[in-house]
Amino acid sequence: MTDLATHADIAAAPRASADRLRAEEEAFLASQRRDRLRRRILPAIGVASFILLWAALVTVFKVPPYVAPSPQAVVATLVARFDVLMANLLPTAIEAISGFLLGNLAAIVIATVFVHRKSLEQAFFPVVVLINTIPVVAKAPILVLLMGNGMEPKIAIAALICFFPTLVNMVRGLESVNPQALELMRVLSASNSEIFFKLRLMNALPYLFSALKIAASTAVIGAIVAEWIGSTTGIGALIIQSTYNFDSAMLYATVIVGSTFSVLFFLAITGLERLFVRWRPANAH
Amino acid sequence: MTAAVDCRGVSVRFLSERRSVTALEDVSFEVAPGGFMSLLGPSGCGKSTLLRVVADLITPSEGSVSVLGTTPQEARRARALGFVFQDAALLPWRTALQNVELPLEVGGRRSLPQGAASPRELLKLVGLSGWENSYPHELSGGMRQRVAIARALLGGPRLLLMDEPFGALDEITRDRLNEELRRIWMETGATILFVTHSVYEAVYLADRVLALAAHPGRVAAMETIGLPRDRDLSIRDTPEFVAIAARMRAHLGHGAIH
Repeated sequence: MTDLATHADIAAAPRASADRLRAEEEAFLASQRRDRLRRRILPAIGVASFILLWAALVTVFKVPPYVAPSPQAVVATLVARFDVLMANLLPTAIEAISGFLLGNLAAIVIATVFVHRKSLEQAFFPVVVLINTIPVVAKAPILVLLMGNGMEPKIAIAALICFFPTLVNMVRGLESVNPQALELMRVLSASNSEIFFKLRLMNALPYLFSALKIAASTAVIGAIVAEWIGSTTGIGALIIQSTYNFDSAMLYATVIVGSTFSVLFFLAITGLERLFVRWRPANAH
Repeated sequence: MTAAVDCRGVSVRFLSERRSVTALEDVSFEVAPGGFMSLLGPSGCGKSTLLRVVADLITPSEGSVSVLGTTPQEARRARALGFVFQDAALLPWRTALQNVELPLEVGGRRSLPQGAASPRELLKLVGLSGWENSYPHELSGGMRQRVAIARALLGGPRLLLMDEPFGALDEITRDRLNEELRRIWMETGATILFVTHSVYEAVYLADRVLALAAHPGRVAAMETIGLPRDRDLSIRDTPEFVAIAARMRAHLGHGAIH
């Protein structure tokens, strides 16, 4: 009798443990799904409670609209004056993107020259650092005097603000090549241009993209700050105008439009990075 | 028959901040074609420097080197030598297959010589069929070294230079790769110069071991390993092997303070 029972137990054991395993797997997957959902919901709750607090403070303390608007007023302005906001976003976007392209292109070219001609790097890097120490708000008037009141000084400011981080990162990326990979190229009798394109440039891509992500938001800041000085259109001009008019709802709406553009620009660069840098950089492991 | 590698009185001196450092002093040796020689020594004995002299990565201060009957520079330009580095030195943005193909894309457009194994065949030779499209960060340390060996074998070089290729691997992986390296050596018929600081590895792999002493790097002893050509790892437990290993260790210990 006892023998029989033991046999039955042994036969049932694997099936029971397989069932248990499947149940555990399902529980694990369910908890992962919950985690994912929580990660999406929690930030939304955070933002919503911040806006609620803002609305409550404005109402409870009866803040006058020329000091700070209620969130409802900002939304109303966003809708009512959407065409004006977009018309002013366009020049700022053009300035920021042109400056971004120009500044980063110049940084990449100069980094390439620096890596190949050390004496030029030693001579001119201090000059670059010196220019970088001048704050944007001080550079802007100088450039407006030099270049007039059109888009050019704004593009120049956006370009200048992008230039430095990209130059520094790019030089580091081009130089921090695995020394054994360099020796390998030598053993393979590779030419300097092959070493540059097959090794240094690829090695610099992750460094370049981390600089570009910084540049995406700073280029927008540069364009806006440049518009503060004697400009009639653009997000920067709109900020100055609504501040002088005590139109706080318009000021907040303008800021929201400007930073939304900044975020979208950043996300676009992140998307490009995912497309081009599919490997894990060597220094990450 | 000319030697595959012939070093005569090679010295290498580096100038550092205040003094000149002698990395190698009057080193002479030769490797027969198709031979397998280990360069064995403690760190600082200049064994990696010696390998780089043969690969034309370092020019010796004194002495002469001939590689496959010509200068190291000519041998390098003719792609007569392959080099395997201590860290695999794979390009992280290239898949395993693309890494093996790299030698075809640089140093002048090159096609594989008639009858030479293709990149895919070489990955199969090192036991990595099915991993062609994996990136280096997806491979283990041992697999990365296998890719590096396949890359060094592309084009069928007659001389393979290996700089402590298994030094960073765990012992179990290192043992397996040691066995496979002997198989690859016998299949390809290439001459191999192998740098290591492991006495067991040096004796197991090679048919001759050049022991180097440090400060300055110089030849301590040259020993021909009289073990059968067909050997597996179990040979390390035979009295013959143990005796040779003990002798090598004595050579290294002579006058050393490390």
